[in-house]
Amino acid sequence: MSRAPLGRAPLRLVLPALVALGFLILPLLTLLQRTPWSTIPARLVEPKILDALRLSLLTATIAIALCLLLGLPLAWMLARVDFAGRSFVRILVTVPLVLPPVVAGVALLTAFGRNGILGGPLRELGITIPFTTTAVVIAHTFVAMPFFVISVEGALRAANQEYDVVAATLGADRWTIFRRVTLPIALPGVLAGVVLGWARSLGEFGATITFAGNFPGTTQTMPLAVYEALQVDFDAALMLSAILLLVSVAVLALLRERWLGQAAQ
Amino acid sequence: MNRPASASAFLDADIVVRRSGHIVNIALTAEPGDVVAVIGPNGAGKSTLLRALAGLLPLDEGAISCAGDTWDGPATKTPWTPQERNIGMVFGQHLLFPHLDALDNVAFGPRSRGAGRGESRRTAHRWLETIGVADLARRKPHELSGGQAQRVAIARALATDPTLLLLDEPMAALDVGVAMALRFELARHLAEFGGVSILVTHDAIDTMTVANRVVVLDEGAIAQVGTPLEVAQRPRTEHVARLVGINVLRGHSTGTDVRLVDGSGLVSTTPFNGQVFASFQPAAVALTLDEPTGSARNRWPGTVRSVVAHGAAVRVHIDAGAALIADVTPASAAELSLVPGRQVWAAVKATEVTVYGTGADNSEAPLPSRHV
Repeated sequence: MSRAPLGRAPLRLVLPALVALGFLILPLLTLLQRTPWSTIPARLVEPKILDALRLSLLTATIAIALCLLLGLPLAWMLARVDFAGRSFVRILVTVPLVLPPVVAGVALLTAFGRNGILGGPLRELGITIPFTTTAVVIAHTFVAMPFFVISVEGALRAANQEYDVVAATLGADRWTIFRRVTLPIALPGVLAGVVLGWARSLGEFGATITFAGNFPGTTQTMPLAVYEALQVDFDAALMLSAILLLVSVAVLALLRERWLGQAAQ
Repeated sequence: MNRPASASAFLDADIVVRRSGHIVNIALTAEPGDVVAVIGPNGAGKSTLLRALAGLLPLDEGAISCAGDTWDGPATKTPWTPQERNIGMVFGQHLLFPHLDALDNVAFGPRSRGAGRGESRRTAHRWLETIGVADLARRKPHELSGGQAQRVAIARALATDPTLLLLDEPMAALDVGVAMALRFELARHLAEFGGVSILVTHDAIDTMTVANRVVVLDEGAIAQVGTPLEVAQRPRTEHVARLVGINVLRGHSTGTDVRLVDGSGLVSTTPFNGQVFASFQPAAVALTLDEPTGSARNRWPGTVRSVVAHGAAVRVHIDAGAALIADVTPASAAELSLVPGRQVWAAVKATEVTVYGTGADNSEAPLPSRHV
C-alpha cells in the first residue's frame, strides 16, 4: 500500500472490508476445493449434463439477443427521447429487477400460461408455451431485460449527448445518429449490459422452474440440474456448480478489458 | 414583436426565446461573406442565439430565413430541423466523434447528406488539405493536440458546404499561442467561405481580427452593432469596454460637464447634451498617492484591486466608485508601491475624454438593431 496523503485507512473500515472480501471469496474457494476434478471429463460427456449445459448456453444467448433487439431500443428511448411518463416507464422497467424470480414465473404463467391472456389465444392456434424451451427463453429474457435496459440506459446517458447534436448539425437523421454515433460511443456500456444480462440469465432459477418446469433436455438448465443433483448426488452438484462458476469467470475474463475499463472510468 | 422577415437579406433572423424568466430577443441580418462576431457577458444570450439559428432551440416568436428558405416563422408549420438547415457548427470543445479518425469525422457530414463513401472521403481529404492537417487523416481524436483537433472540427463543419456557419467560442479551450495561430487561419478560411459566419466569442482579438461586424449582446438583447473598430472605440456596455480594455463611464452630459451615475463629475472637451458614455484609454489615467494638483480636472480617490503585467506596461484595476483601468510604467508602479488594497488617486485630463451619446434619448439615431 502506497503512503496515503490523507493518512492511513482506519482499521474500523479496513477490518469490515476484509471480512466482506473473505465472505465473498471463501465459499467459492471451498466449492473449488471440494469439487472432484478428476471425474469431470467423464461426467461432462454424460448426456444429461451435456444437455443442461447446452440448454443453458443456448437459452441465455437467445435471451440476451432478444434483450439487444428489444431492450436496446427501450434503453435508447429512456435515455434520449423526452416523452410523457418517462420516469414512470423507468419504474415499470425496474419492477422486474426487484421482483422475486418465483413471482416472475407465476406472473409469466398468468400471461403465457394455458389460460393466460396471451397463452389462451395462442393455445387456440396450437401453440403452447409453458414447460417448453421457449418458456425458458421467455423467463430468462424477462429477468435479464431489466438488468440490460437499466445498465445500457446508464451508459447512453453517460455518453456526451452533444455528439448527437453535432451529428444532427452535420445532417444525420436520428437512425443514422443512433447507428453511427450514439451506439459506437456507448458500446463498452452496451457490452457490459450484455455480460450482466447474460450472466443473470445463466443463473436464472426461480422463474424458469415455475414457468418452464424441470424437464431434462427441454427446460432443465444448469441451475435446475444443480438443484436436482443436490437431492441425490452431492458430488455431481459440486461439479455442475464448478462448471457454472468457470463459465461465468471465463465470460468476465473475456470482456474484462471493456467492462472493468469502463467501470474504472 | 413579430417583425416581418424582409426577403432581401441573405440571413434574416428575428429570434425570441423565453427561458425561465429570461427573454432573448435578437434581430439580425447578414449577407454572404459576413463574419459576425457576437460578444457579451455570460447569460447575455449568445449560445441561445446560436442554438436557435441551428434549430436546436425552438423559437417562441419570430422567424429565421436563410438563402431564400424560411427555416422558421409564423407561416412555417413545423420549424426546419437542424438536419434540414444547411448549417455547419463548431463548438468550444472540438467534439470530434471519438471512435472515428480525422478523415471519417470530416466525411461524416457529406455521408449523412447523401454522398457515397468514396466521394465523402475525397471531400473530407480535400478539406483536411485546405485546413492543413491532411497528414493527420488517420489519427483518432485522442491522438490529436487541441489545436489540431479544432482544425479538424472546422474542416468537418465546412465539409457539408453550409450556407450558415455557427462557431461557439471555437478558441476558448485552446492555449493562448495555439489560439493565436488558429485565429489567423480561421480568419482566412472565413474570408474564403461564401456563406454567413456567426462567431460567438469572449475574446476581443477574435472580434478585431476575424469579424467584419460585431453584435454586442446584453441581457438577451442587442446592445450595440457596428464594425469592430466602431465597437472598440465607442463601446456601449461595460462588458465590451472591459473586453477591449478601455474605460467607459455612463452619465448625463450638459455642455462639457458630465454627471456620472455614481454621483461624481467629469469634464470633457466635447460639448454634448443628454445621456452619454465617457471613455478614455487606460494609458491616459495618471496615478498618484496624494490628491493631484496639476492640470487634470478629473480625479477620483480609489483602491487598487489588481496589478498585472500588460505588454510592456502594468495594468492596474482600481475601484473608484466605478471600475477604472490604468496602464502605468513598471517604474511608476514600483515607485507608487502598487499592490491590491493601496489607496491612490486616479486622474484624467479633460482632453483625453471622448464623450458620445448612448443613443437612448437624443442626438443619435436609435440603435440600428435591424442592420448588422
